[in-house]
Amino acid sequence: MRRLTATERHPVRFTLNGKPAEGTAHPRMLLSDFLRGVQGATGTHVGCEHGVCGACTVRIDGAMARSCLTFAVQIEGAEIDTVEALAPAPARLSVLQDAFRKHHALQCGFCTPGILMSLDTLLATESQADAERIRDVLSGHLCRCTGYQPIVAAALDAAQTLREETDNA
Amino acid sequence: MPKDGLHQTMLRVEDAPLLTGRGQFFDDLPTPHGTVHAAILRSPHAHAKITDISTDAARRLAGVHAVLTGEDYASVASPLMVGVKLPIECWPIAQNKVRYVGEPVAVVLADDRYIAEDAVDLIDVSYDTLAPVIDPLKALADDAPVLHDEMGSNLGADRYFSYGDPDGAFAEADHVVEISVRYPRNSCTPIETYGVLTRWDPHTRSYDVLSNFQGPFSIHPVIARALNVPGNRLRLRTPEDSGGSFGIKQGVFPYIALLSACARLTDRPVKWVEDRLEHLTASVSATNRAITLRAAVTAKGRVTALDYDQVEDVGAYLRAPEPATLYRMHGNLCGAYDIANLRVRNRIVMTNKTPTGLNRGFGGPQIYFALERLMQRIAVELGLDPVNVARDNLISSGAFPYRTASGATYDSGDYQNAFDTALKDGRYDALCQKRDAARAQGRLYGIGLTVAVEPSVSNMGYLSTALTPAERAKAGQKNGAQSCATIAIDPVGSITVQIDSVPQGQGHKTVAASIVAERFGLEPGAITVVAAMDTGKDAWSIAAGNYSSRFAAASAGAVRIAAGRLRERIAAIAASQLDARPEDIEFGNGKVFIASNPEAALAFARVASTGHWAPGTLPEGIAAPMRETAIWTAPELTAPTEEDGINSSLCHAFIFDFCGVEIDPVTHEARVDHYVTMHDCGTILHEGMVEGQIRGAFAQAVGAALYEEYAYDDDGAFLAGTLADYPVPTVHEIPDLTILHTCTPSPLTPLGAKGVGEGNCMSTPVCIANAVADALAPASGNVDVTLPLSPARIASYLPDEPAPPEGIAQPRPGPGKGLSGQGEAHVGAAPQEIWDLLMDADQLAAIIPGAHGVKRLSPTHFLADVTLGVGPVKGRYRVQVGLSDLDAPNNATLTGKAGGALGTGEGSGRVTLTPDGSGGTVIGYSYDAAVGGKVASVGGRLLDGAAKIVIGQFFAALGRRAGDAPQPDGIIARMCGWIGGRR
Ligand code: FES
Ligand code: FES
Repeated sequence: MRRLTATERHPVRFTLNGKPAEGTAHPRMLLSDFLRGVQGATGTHVGCEHGVCGACTVRIDGAMARSCLTFAVQIEGAEIDTVEALAPAPARLSVLQDAFRKHHALQCGFCTPGILMSLDTLLATESQADAERIRDVLSGHLCRCTGYQPIVAAALDAAQTLREETDNA
Repeated sequence: MPKDGLHQTMLRVEDAPLLTGRGQFFDDLPTPHGTVHAAILRSPHAHAKITDISTDAARRLAGVHAVLTGEDYASVASPLMVGVKLPIECWPIAQNKVRYVGEPVAVVLADDRYIAEDAVDLIDVSYDTLAPVIDPLKALADDAPVLHDEMGSNLGADRYFSYGDPDGAFAEADHVVEISVRYPRNSCTPIETYGVLTRWDPHTRSYDVLSNFQGPFSIHPVIARALNVPGNRLRLRTPEDSGGSFGIKQGVFPYIALLSACARLTDRPVKWVEDRLEHLTASVSATNRAITLRAAVTAKGRVTALDYDQVEDVGAYLRAPEPATLYRMHGNLCGAYDIANLRVRNRIVMTNKTPTGLNRGFGGPQIYFALERLMQRIAVELGLDPVNVARDNLISSGAFPYRTASGATYDSGDYQNAFDTALKDGRYDALCQKRDAARAQGRLYGIGLTVAVEPSVSNMGYLSTALTPAERAKAGQKNGAQSCATIAIDPVGSITVQIDSVPQGQGHKTVAASIVAERFGLEPGAITVVAAMDTGKDAWSIAAGNYSSRFAAASAGAVRIAAGRLRERIAAIAASQLDARPEDIEFGNGKVFIASNPEAALAFARVASTGHWAPGTLPEGIAAPMRETAIWTAPELTAPTEEDGINSSLCHAFIFDFCGVEIDPVTHEARVDHYVTMHDCGTILHEGMVEGQIRGAFAQAVGAALYEEYAYDDDGAFLAGTLADYPVPTVHEIPDLTILHTCTPSPLTPLGAKGVGEGNCMSTPVCIANAVADALAPASGNVDVTLPLSPARIASYLPDEPAPPEGIAQPRPGPGKGLSGQGEAHVGAAPQEIWDLLMDADQLAAIIPGAHGVKRLSPTHFLADVTLGVGPVKGRYRVQVGLSDLDAPNNATLTGKAGGALGTGEGSGRVTLTPDGSGGTVIGYSYDAAVGGKVASVGGRLLDGAAKIVIGQFFAALGRRAGDAPQPDGIIARMCGWIGGRR
């Protein structure tokens, strides 16, 4: 365990979306603030800072996590993925992102990055995820615009497409 | 029925950036060098005089630039204008007195938000608390505490209206049916909170503000006035993206004024992002309202007159644009029914709660909750089928345009057709059979109905209905609703559109692109639409913004008009080049051509850019097609008449909802089983977006119906400070929804469209309430249900609730955070030893959990500095402890008063020391306490547990201090059993 001093900034070295990254943070700085303010990765959003809305969800070493409930200094050495890394190339969308667009699964888009991170993690780890499983994972997120139904439809559609892609591979 | 030629199913142009983390939301945008970050100290009290604000410690903190108070604000800025003339001042920061929990008291500006919040905790404010008043009807009582001394009472306005002959209708009525309802405070709570970035230029004496404000821009002059600058010295810009608003982001404007004044006072750019606690506590919400509604009814169930008595609770200040919530529906008070006689009394009252403002549905949920509960009650009391009561009272198909009693003109509709289609396609018969079958099995199953008219495109003049005709005459006429759109064609013939609707997720850019693309025969993807508004450069008027579902009906229409004008000019240019008549010119596939001879075609870009490259070749009398701004208002939006008639909105869509709800016999949870919503919103511009609006509003309405309330305790403490205490529904709480459509286009809007975004926020809460009331009826008779219909509330409506099983506590009644309890602890030391410890400041310092030091002020007064954590809120408090009724070494009364940045607490307890006969002491205690401020808002659910733990720790430490080990079975465990739950 590193010893940290409350009044000092500490270096944090980690991998952000597959690339080495570093910055400094006071021990109390939230990961969400660190990603947005220090790293300039503003795709991750902050809606409540108390762990309920899920907008700030990122992947830490492959698992979904609330970046508003994580301190920046905790991610030393970790691999962090954010919404910025989901698309396969700058002008393209991932299967899941594309399904969101097709099904009107977003309106204001503020909750969307967190939801995409959770569902992307789910579909990557459980290719057979059904509507119930998708709803379970989605229940960790609040969306005020869509009423959720289009998000479930998009995730189911994406799961289907991903399964077909694997079968055809 | 979609409009021909538009791209009703096209993918949204907004989506790709939002899906890839490239959104341009407020907090994603860069800040100027030297920006300081604001944090706001807010009142923990609902009603108190500020006797002192000590900011020295906060100012001394490294990284702090300034600590500003109401007095500082008043040195450079003014109060916010109030819409109705009242002798009150509405300041964005408290002046000497606080009137609601969460009211700004001081602003800290610091290098970063973390430091600013540290400094907020160091500000010491002394308050003299005053009795608060929370309930709007109690606030009207003669002996109620008065919020604004200048007013002498809490009554802001009292207006009577009469239309037709209500007295005659009531005199002749076969029945008079009455209902009294309360509509609670709730909010559509966008996931993105408020943000303000503001700068002052001392040379031009002007402000430059970036904020996720949503309009209406009638607020712009209010802010400019508050900041003592003319409108052209307040440049207000909005970001390209906004994370939802639903009306709520109108309420950021007091902060624009407050923080702009701070920027001026410190000569630094100031940035503030609201946190969720601030948002829930002190942004804006729907008004809560008490309504008594009476109907004159014939024997057959035909309503001939309505009589409304409304008491609107606007919170602590009547803040612009209120009392708009009360008047937005003024033309629509009879809903979808043909009722010619109407009487209204509208009172506005102030209470110690957060000032209200726009919230999706805006006035509709309140009106329809009363009206549709009444229609159900009429059916029940007259023994009629609610379907027939609703249908028989509907405005008939041939009556459009229909003028309502209070002066609105319903533009178009075929209500019977929509109603019947919904019953058939939504399988109403099957639902009735399901209810009958369920009831036969003894289950609690009910059906609810709602018909509603959804108004859209507000008349900017409706608010003046709040004034008497004489006052209106003096103040000058107000009417209309200007929509603006600008289309620019650049030198390569590509097109940029500026819209005035400040979208917050509705996809306006996509619709605007498809309208323009259709006019010019281009691909929608080729059109750029800019949503970010800039009052310094763009065309705008007071009606601009994202409210009253005005986009489809009004802003989109302005886009179409501007495109049409440019199209005509381009056609004229093409005609002159092709030697044809302008009316023979068509547009398609990026070309402009002669209809009869498509071979004779010119590239659109080439013709369209002629104005830039060769203005000399333009045909005579044709202006260069480089830029066109359309400004459109409907002539139908006239000012209120002498008789107080008001066409409060331009368009009127129709909604008919019905649903089946089952109440769980064990948990008492209401489960929506089947929900059908029928909409006639005129021409549909984009199917996916219309469905999105309906689903989104429906989900928010389910929250309002069953879960959400901005709850206040009797002492004014705010009880819903986290998203766990204000339970916004997750996917699990949203039932399936069947959406149906019919279509009667509006003859009054350029595209035939009507608004659709707010309807279900108006219709769904009462539809579910009607179903719950119907489900309860066999067991409980007529119940006056109140929202939200939480399991605890439903349980309270059921007759003799069965006793809980042995060992299970009674469910807690409603929210509340008063604490009380009692218990015993056993300590192995004599009463005198214990007594001595309790009377010794140094000893107490070691015993009180989290104490940093205890000062003895007098033999019976101590001052303790304590750190306590309740759930997520850990903070430092100064606790004054007083001892009285001393009877050494047997018993004493302890009173405590705690205060700190995170909240306040007050309580008293009685401690008795009884020898146990074997050298030890049984300590008995009982306490009552109340807490306020942040602790109550965010930790209310956890206070019980926290109190138990703290008391347990106290006695464990006392036992240890007195030379005793805790009892074998663990003192904390035992105490948890002893201490009663909160009552
Ligand atoms: S911001 Fe992290 S859960 Fe809401
Ligand atoms: S899309 Fe706006 S909150 Fe989900």
